[in-house]
Amino acid sequence: MSEMWTAKLRNKWQKNLPIEKLLPDDQPAYVVSWIYVFGVLTLAALAVIIFSGIILAFEGPAWYHISDSGLFVNSLHFWSVQMFFVFMVVHLWGKYWMAAWRGDRFRTWATGAIAFVASIATAFTGYLVQTNFDSQWISFEAKDGFNSMGIGAFFNVTNLGQMLLLHVAFLPLILGVLTVIHVLMVRRRGVVPPIDAIPTLSEVGR
Amino acid sequence: MTGWISDFMNHPATYLKTGWLQISVSNLIVIVLMLIIFALAILVPFPKDKEGHK
Repeated sequence: MSEMWTAKLRNKWQKNLPIEKLLPDDQPAYVVSWIYVFGVLTLAALAVIIFSGIILAFEGPAWYHISDSGLFVNSLHFWSVQMFFVFMVVHLWGKYWMAAWRGDRFRTWATGAIAFVASIATAFTGYLVQTNFDSQWISFEAKDGFNSMGIGAFFNVTNLGQMLLLHVAFLPLILGVLTVIHVLMVRRRGVVPPIDAIPTLSEVGR
Repeated sequence: MTGWISDFMNHPATYLKTGWLQISVSNLIVIVLMLIIFALAILVPFPKDKEGHK
């Protein structure tokens, strides 16, 4: 076997996540429930958020505060975030009561939990960069909280430039990477079975 | 905003308060809505495909 890092990475990938697992066309019988739909609904909402956010970034505040189409895309961005969190919270509740960290799925659970926290940070910085009186009021309320924690000096919620870059560049990148890792982990370990399910052959062999 | 939506939204949020607990009506509605969706997701049967094995 080649000692090159590319070969090692390829072999490890093929062993842990073959293409049949990465792009499955079948799922276990217990997946036939609406509760299993909320993960992909969260992803769909995230896709709308990113798409509408890119349009807002290209057109700018003068467009999305004034024109009818701008107000529509602005609202699309806002409401897809609301849907994103509703779907994600129902997904979280479902996975919590399934104890979805079972079967060596702790890292799947942990990346989901960290992605949840990163989503909150991304959403809150979004409220700060609306460039209206609402964002001004929210930032001046929030600064007291951050200053009381002693972190206001390097996380200044009244600094529009800093919040804008965090909202449109840094935090979406973190959230995007976490989401990709989370989905790949779900593909690698498979969807968690119900607590009283009979283990499949592949699970017994693990 | 104009019309009914401005009448509906252009005022400070209404808060419910009991003891130490304080919550806005809009937040309470969202939380109750999520609980209803969660219950429905568990209770409503998932449609089967034509072969009937899923």
